[in-house]
Amino acid sequence: MKYESQRVAMPYFIFALVLFAGQIVFGLVLGMQYVVGDFLFPEIPFNVARMVHTNLLIVWLLFGFMGATYYLVPEEAQTELYSPLLAWILFWVFAVAGTLTILGYLFVDYATLADVTMNKLLPTMGREFLEQPTITKIGIALVVVGFLFNIMMTALKGRKTVVNIVLITGLIGLAVLWLFSFYNPSNLTTDKYFWWFVVHLWVEGVWELIMAAILAYVLIKLTGVDREVIEKWLYVIIAMALITGIIGTGHHFFWIGPPEYWLWLGSVFSALEPLPFFMMVLFAFTMINRRKRNHPNKAAILWAMGTAVMAFLGAGVWGFLHTLAPINYYTHGTQLTAAHGHMAFYGAYVMIVLTIISYAVPIMRGRPYGNSNTAQVVEMWGFWLMTISMVFITLFLTGAGILQIWLQRIPDSGEALSFMATQDNIALFYWARMIAGCFFMAGLVVYFGSFFIKGQASFDEEARGAAVQDA
Amino acid sequence: MAERFTKSMARNIYLGGSTFFILLFLVLTFDTQSRAMPERDNRDQLTEEVVRGKHVWENNNCVGCHSLMGEGAYFAPELANVFDRRGGADSEVFKAYMNAWMNAMPTNVPGRRQMPQFNLTDQEIDDLSSFLEWTSKIDDNGWPPNIEG
Repeated sequence: MKYESQRVAMPYFIFALVLFAGQIVFGLVLGMQYVVGDFLFPEIPFNVARMVHTNLLIVWLLFGFMGATYYLVPEEAQTELYSPLLAWILFWVFAVAGTLTILGYLFVDYATLADVTMNKLLPTMGREFLEQPTITKIGIALVVVGFLFNIMMTALKGRKTVVNIVLITGLIGLAVLWLFSFYNPSNLTTDKYFWWFVVHLWVEGVWELIMAAILAYVLIKLTGVDREVIEKWLYVIIAMALITGIIGTGHHFFWIGPPEYWLWLGSVFSALEPLPFFMMVLFAFTMINRRKRNHPNKAAILWAMGTAVMAFLGAGVWGFLHTLAPINYYTHGTQLTAAHGHMAFYGAYVMIVLTIISYAVPIMRGRPYGNSNTAQVVEMWGFWLMTISMVFITLFLTGAGILQIWLQRIPDSGEALSFMATQDNIALFYWARMIAGCFFMAGLVVYFGSFFIKGQASFDEEARGAAVQDA
Repeated sequence: MAERFTKSMARNIYLGGSTFFILLFLVLTFDTQSRAMPERDNRDQLTEEVVRGKHVWENNNCVGCHSLMGEGAYFAPELANVFDRRGGADSEVFKAYMNAWMNAMPTNVPGRRQMPQFNLTDQEIDDLSSFLEWTSKIDDNGWPPNIEG
């Protein structure tokens, strides 16, 4: 850690991981409700648990992105953070507001929550992933603006690297697109159309810039490969992401009202959306093969390779599976969508945050070469348990989805099974998913355990490794 | 990557490509919203009742369990075509059905998925029904494939 103010990333990472744990607990509740329908009813109805599960994900990823930014922007710019105090204030504002919102979901009936937060004045609630009370949405906007101010003041006074420029471009995009969450017209089709400006253009647009920039930074640090090479890759990856992803938004416009030309545009461009993710796999593996040093933090290297591969599988391959309009006609809104969503979010965004945490947290704890070997082994166990569990969650949901399509979607009216009858028929897959979810939880516990193991890797390991490499 | 392909070339592809596609996306959005949608979303029938119904839909987080035009949660049935499926495409039949359904919840059948009791007024149920009826008439390229949604 070259600058003292980078340390402000620490509370962001810690809080992100706490919320991550909460997200998984509620994921298990939801998984259980899929098989035992009245589980925790009426205390925690499905819609409440789902809202907590998805909103915790969004909020902890934002905490993770902010932590990553506070850590890497000063180092890239070669200057202290403009205002560590502002970063701390915004941390507490965001943490308190986020916690209150989640508690509101859990302990206040949603209609009452809408009422007491005066949703009537500017109705924005009750839309998927944008369930937050309007006041919380305004809070998020203010926190992000303060954060961007702090970061831009830092970046502008120092060295302007491509990593910083791309990361900040992504974050500005995130902030600007968030404004569409305040637009909720009474016409459902218009509402849905612009709702995707937040949801799609975040996760299949500007978030890819954030992910690629963080990955590039970690690879520069871990491999010692020349910055010029890494920056060239970074530009190509984000070019692919935006060239395919912006018009690729059209794959959400197939069945919600917009005209037929979106069937073509959405299919063609979103079919190319795996490209940037494939480039990220090539990028990570090529850089690691051409490494100039053997960084002793092996766990961080594993996360960096893992996020590239899993993002390609989850976002790229599982997205492509059902993105062509003639296929999507049958798959739209089935468990196949859920399968894709789980692996894509885990692979791309959960794992990139865990990558930067794996790299940066040991350094902030005074272990510049990474955690002790034992701690790294335990962390890697966490990696494999969570990642393999997520692969199985995805496979079981894919199985459930294919059966659902076969029973409920493909037959003609009159012969097709009803939604609920179909759900009964595919319950076995939901049980299997539930078991995989428990293994994921176990992996998370192991991963958390790795933080409590003392000791650090030494410089000698790197020197020894490099010598072997040269021979 | 070969040395002939320089960093500034990569940057230019990024800047040029993203600028072009952002502009194209804006043009397509303008065309979709101003030319195409008025003919497809039957907005002339977007009554006060439908607008109120959308607020009932939102204020009770219906999308937290159901999907609407395939978007939302996948825990409970698709509702963009429930007007056709349960109401026989008849407004009065559908309103009566909705009234009976909403007031019968939750079923409390052990082990079955439960829909909460939302304590909606008769007016709110009628508004919600109108909203779902209006939604069912949007031209959505013939989705879903069959009546089951």
